[in-house]
Amino acid sequence: MQNFSYVSAARPEEAVKALGRGCAFIAGGTELLNWMRLGIATPDTLIDIGGMEGHSRIERTGDHLIIGALATLNEVGEHPLVRAHATVLADACLKAASPQIRNRATLGGNVLQKTRCAYFRSETPLPWGCNKRSPGSGCAARDGLNELHAVLGWADHCVATHPSDPAVALACLDASAEVMGKRRRMLPMTDFHVSQVEAQAMFKAAGTGSLLPAHEAQIETRLARDELILAYHIPIHDGERSAYLKVRERESYEYALVSAAATVALDGGLITRARIALGSVAQKPWRLVETEAALIGRRLVREEISAALRTLFEQARPLAHNEYKVQLAANAALRAVLAAGGVS
Amino acid sequence: MTDSLSRREFLGASGAAVGVALTPAGATAAPKGRTAERMVDVTCNVNGRPVSAHVEARTTLLDHLRERMDLTGTKKGCNEGACGACTVLVDGKRMNACLILLAQCEGRAITTVEGIAQPDGSLHPVQQAFIDHDAFQCGFCTPGQVVSAAACIAEGHATSEASVREWMSGNLCRCSAYPQITAAVLAAARRA
Ligand SMILES: Cc1cc2nc3c(=O)[nH]c(=O)nc-3n(C[C@H](O)[C@H](O)[C@H](O)COP(=O)(O)OP(=O)(O)OC[C@H]3O[C@@H](n4cnc5c(N)ncnc54)[C@H](O)[C@@H]3O)c2cc1C
Ligand code: SF4
Ligand code: FES
Ligand code: FES
Repeated sequence: MQNFSYVSAARPEEAVKALGRGCAFIAGGTELLNWMRLGIATPDTLIDIGGMEGHSRIERTGDHLIIGALATLNEVGEHPLVRAHATVLADACLKAASPQIRNRATLGGNVLQKTRCAYFRSETPLPWGCNKRSPGSGCAARDGLNELHAVLGWADHCVATHPSDPAVALACLDASAEVMGKRRRMLPMTDFHVSQVEAQAMFKAAGTGSLLPAHEAQIETRLARDELILAYHIPIHDGERSAYLKVRERESYEYALVSAAATVALDGGLITRARIALGSVAQKPWRLVETEAALIGRRLVREEISAALRTLFEQARPLAHNEYKVQLAANAALRAVLAAGGVS
Repeated sequence: MTDSLSRREFLGASGAAVGVALTPAGATAAPKGRTAERMVDVTCNVNGRPVSAHVEARTTLLDHLRERMDLTGTKKGCNEGACGACTVLVDGKRMNACLILLAQCEGRAITTVEGIAQPDGSLHPVQQAFIDHDAFQCGFCTPGQVVSAAACIAEGHATSEASVREWMSGNLCRCSAYPQITAAVLAAARRA
């Protein structure tokens, strides 16, 4: 790891003001330090935001749950308010990483983690092409080993998925990130991450002189480079229940092959509202909006839910090695909806 | 750039970092840690003893413990958060020392495996349980397992075999002594 300068910020205003060229925020450091070891990031200055007081608070104000960006995954996962009103987020946090990492990893940093694509996560210099690491060098995964890659929203320049568990729950819950740059704004978590297809459009639309990174494959979120996440705001809907299902190669301490987050509201045995987001199938949590619409008024039974999931098979575009992911994601979504509705 | 550049020389030399003084660059008594520095001063507590260090900003807690303090019980297995061999307690919470900068430990209390036993040398119940249950083979993962297990029990997660397996999953054992480790953690939890 190259050396860098280090400074600790006491308040968000200070942190944002200090962020110049070559600077990066560090919260827990569980992602950033690994990027620096591999050469994925080479910041000249780290601005430590981990000591900003009051920014790990978890509280309810009115009909919203508010979670500070510095709350750790264990704090979020074990908090009674989160367990009660956003079970899907609590479970997604506790199914991420390991107990040790969750004591350090913040919810702010979590959504900004980068893909687990093995071609991407290698030490500089890379012996293969990776547009995310080196724009214009190609995508080794597009026609290489891509069993863990995207089945939705990808483009030829990059077929990576986003690996976060909590981000899938946040998108399912229609949470918003409260962010601060030159001004404060709310960024819906369904728009926070972008698919490669969306990244392409943003890249074309932005032209030069914008805050966007240099290349479409490096555009992963709509958070501007100089923006700090302060908190997440999650609307609470009484009577709605939720569940998170993570499918992985070992039962603990492993990233998802696919995951599914679901919320369900029932009235007299009929679904009045359902929300579903899939994880690790695209570069963003993938909301199944057609399925959600089709489920309204349906009974909470396997056959009805499976029928509503058919659109997923029409939309999916599997790569050479990952067709299994489509069925796996549909099964995960089915089980998550049933679990959210109280059927296991 | 050498390590011994003063704050003033550094601010003058590096255009990139000029904007990173959180107090006016000319201030004579900038509070500690409020101006970006390539060498940092850190004061913390390790195993009950106060520690002051002047290190490169990139120094991890793990490297400082092992290389500068001779506390080599904490192991470096993967250096990327994947194995748990470097588990220590920071303010009582278990964390991977390879994923923490020493600079991030300002004012914190750190406990390593060397600080787990009683001051008189008598073993921590987890250490005794590991011996009683033959919970190691090569022993490389053991310091991390012991520290992690002590925290796992204190957190209240050592309630069943399934719970121990889940909440000890951040500690890998290449010798695969998992059944014995699980038994040892449950035995120590019963005694706690
Ligand atoms: C071995 C291992 C296994 C893991 N397994 C999983 C898993 O199964 N599921 C999962 O979801 N995650 C997993 N993770 C990822 C882990 O959850 C993230 O590394 C962690 O949440 C990142 O948070 P951090 O505070 O450490 O971020 P940092 O490393 O400090 O920062 C990461 C990035 O976010 C930026 N950043 C941090 N906070 C803010 C903020 N408030 N505003 C703006 N920018 C910010 C930083 O500048 C940096 O670019 C795993 C990580 C490891 C090492
Ligand atoms: S999928 Fe994306 S991250 Fe992976 S090699 Fe291709 S460009 Fe790089
Ligand atoms: S050395 Fe830190 S987790 Fe492996
Ligand atoms: S005892 Fe050898 S790695 Fe665990």
